[in-house]
Amino acid sequence: MDYVKVSYDNKIVKHFAIATVFWGIIGMTVGLWIALELVFPQLNMGVPQLTFGRDRPIHTNAVIFAFVGNGIFMGVYYSLQRLCKARMFNDTLSKIHFWGWQLIIVLAALSLSMGFTTSKEYAELEWPIDILITLIWVVFGINMMGTIMVRRERHIYVGIWFYIATLVTVAMLHIVNSLAIPVSLTKSYSMFGGVQDALVQWWYGHNAVAFFLTTPYLGLMYYFLPKAANRPVYSYKLSIVHFWTLIFLYIWAGPHHLLYTALPHWAQTLGTAFSIMLIAPSWGGMVNGLLTLRGAWDKVREDVVLKFMVVAVTAYGMSTFEGPMLSLKNVNAIGHFTDWIVAHVHVGALGWNGFLTFGILYWLIPRMWRTTIYSKSLANFHFWIGTLGILVYAVPMYWGGFTQALMWKDFNPDGQLTYTFLETSTQLKGMYALRSIGGALYLTGVFMMAYNLFKTASQGSFLANEEVEVPEMPKIYNKQKGENWHRPIERRPIQFMVLALIIVIIGGVVELVPTFLIKSNVPTISSVKPYTPLELQGRDIYVREGCYNCHSQMVRPFRSETERYGEYSKAGEFVYDHPFQWGSKRTGPDLAREGVGWLKKPDSWHYIHMLDPRSLSTGSIMPAYPWLHEDEIDTASTPAKIRVMQKLGVPYEEGYDQIANEDLMKQADAIALSLKTDNIETASNMEIIALIAYLQRLGVDINAETNQQKLEK
Amino acid sequence: MSFTYYLSNIDGVSIYPIISLIIFFIFFVGLFYWVSKLDKKSIEEISNIPLDKNDNQLKN
Repeated sequence: MDYVKVSYDNKIVKHFAIATVFWGIIGMTVGLWIALELVFPQLNMGVPQLTFGRDRPIHTNAVIFAFVGNGIFMGVYYSLQRLCKARMFNDTLSKIHFWGWQLIIVLAALSLSMGFTTSKEYAELEWPIDILITLIWVVFGINMMGTIMVRRERHIYVGIWFYIATLVTVAMLHIVNSLAIPVSLTKSYSMFGGVQDALVQWWYGHNAVAFFLTTPYLGLMYYFLPKAANRPVYSYKLSIVHFWTLIFLYIWAGPHHLLYTALPHWAQTLGTAFSIMLIAPSWGGMVNGLLTLRGAWDKVREDVVLKFMVVAVTAYGMSTFEGPMLSLKNVNAIGHFTDWIVAHVHVGALGWNGFLTFGILYWLIPRMWRTTIYSKSLANFHFWIGTLGILVYAVPMYWGGFTQALMWKDFNPDGQLTYTFLETSTQLKGMYALRSIGGALYLTGVFMMAYNLFKTASQGSFLANEEVEVPEMPKIYNKQKGENWHRPIERRPIQFMVLALIIVIIGGVVELVPTFLIKSNVPTISSVKPYTPLELQGRDIYVREGCYNCHSQMVRPFRSETERYGEYSKAGEFVYDHPFQWGSKRTGPDLAREGVGWLKKPDSWHYIHMLDPRSLSTGSIMPAYPWLHEDEIDTASTPAKIRVMQKLGVPYEEGYDQIANEDLMKQADAIALSLKTDNIETASNMEIIALIAYLQRLGVDINAETNQQKLEK
Repeated sequence: MSFTYYLSNIDGVSIYPIISLIIFFIFFVGLFYWVSKLDKKSIEEISNIPLDKNDNQLKN
């Protein structure tokens, strides 16, 4: 057998490893910060950049794209070279990829704290950064596929299949969900509106979990778990079935985020059905991971790397069972909008992604620095404090979720709601405090790991280029007897990529296309009118401050909700909403009917409430927004905003952009006047005026429709 | 708002679900069949790829 020398690039792996730890600490610290803000709402100190609504997207984006993102690249760059027996395709591309990704993260953190956001969860970044992400992703793609093309191993190992699926699917999801028309460099409106925007967003949101937090990490599991256990994966056959069924089924399940909303029923049902089916491949993968350790469980007692990996795979199994359960409509009716979902995602994020990353780091760093781990006992301590942290985080959130759901739905014997929303939210304060402790424990463990890895690296010497001799791949392939159709695909990465793309496109097309093309999926309501310019500006302030992080605008068709908020939400109400603002969590009450019925409050109430929420709602955990009372509305942007809305099909009259600001000031003056009657003196061009206009508009259109129907009867 | 209501508006719609069912049935049955027929030796070889048994670590 002829051998050839290969030099693996460890330097790029080292860069990504450092970035993983660094951004992990940042992302989790922001998480702890926002957790504490729910316990001590005064913590924002009146500073917009420190407020929950702006910091929660920083936390989610940092943990998903910075911590896990760098973790993916660290693992892929290490394993891909070894599985392909080739150095990364191009060192310059590797560097561009690394620095480009870090630049994106920094820009993301800055822009989100400035309030530049699209408000689409986990896709909040504005269009220039979206374009940059696309470019850097292509660089990664070329580098990865290039390496696979020049490989010295005929067969493409299953871990790489997961990487390829990640590459194509994330590209597709990111591009479709980010489609928007720019208003300025820092502001754009989603190309989609209302129900369609919601469907696209959760098709993305769900599959961001699937193809950013799951498939690449499964690829890593299939490489690093066998490595750490020093034995091949339990069943390679199972891993093949796991791969194809997982990527095929996952893409369909997005609508389970929108159960009982105004999304057409057939789409909701489709989402539920595929979510249930997903248990099979997910558990296939989990079982495959755990059984890899069969006969080697004694090693798990000794080896901290395996400990982390076993808990990671177990957490994966738990959250992929819980997910389908939450997709059942009767369970979702309880769990949705509550802290149960927060518990669910954190079992996945802290357990699966976090622990697998830690396991890989503890395995990788000593190897690349050619030494042993600095302190085994510290690593073991990290394992236990991390596990305890997950429990102390998750249990109170489950408890809180059930408490919330039960209190929201509780009726007294007279048939009235037992609790006000405020009572249900103050009830949870203790749970929020406990959760912060859980998060702090987990973060403490990460700091210990950083120290331990740093000391490990200091005592070793880094091997930047690892030289190995690998068998040369024969130029001519001798087909084995009985080979069938799948084998050639495994040797042809491009065809493989195309097949994977086709598989994932199908689910998306079946869900998205009918909702877009068939008009009757979104029945129009004639009383629904476009926002006035002032309301539009107010809505953009609502988006900027991230109000959707705590307030939904989606009344589900339950008696407990219609009694609390009013008429349930209909698809036709949202046709002019670019982007939609349905939200996914009710830390505060739903706002869909805030401007009508028994929920309507005087302008002065909103003015004071935004200045000092607790003066009107004792014990409220809402932050104060004093800057809205001092900053002026950006009226210069009104014409451009109106023009973009027109392009998106919102029926403002031709040339309205030129006179929109006149209407804006008229409406603003009226609100300032109404505030004056309540002894509040303010200029009418303040941001708070626009926000009040928007809040007072919520629910007005559908109310007009209902009144009209009553008159007709 | 049932699924069938919207679908019934499309011409010749009944053929689509049958076609897609057949495609995926064949794909997954083919997959399971192929997986079950895999040669044990080559599977063992493949699943050992991550362990790089044939590589020689050079002194660095």
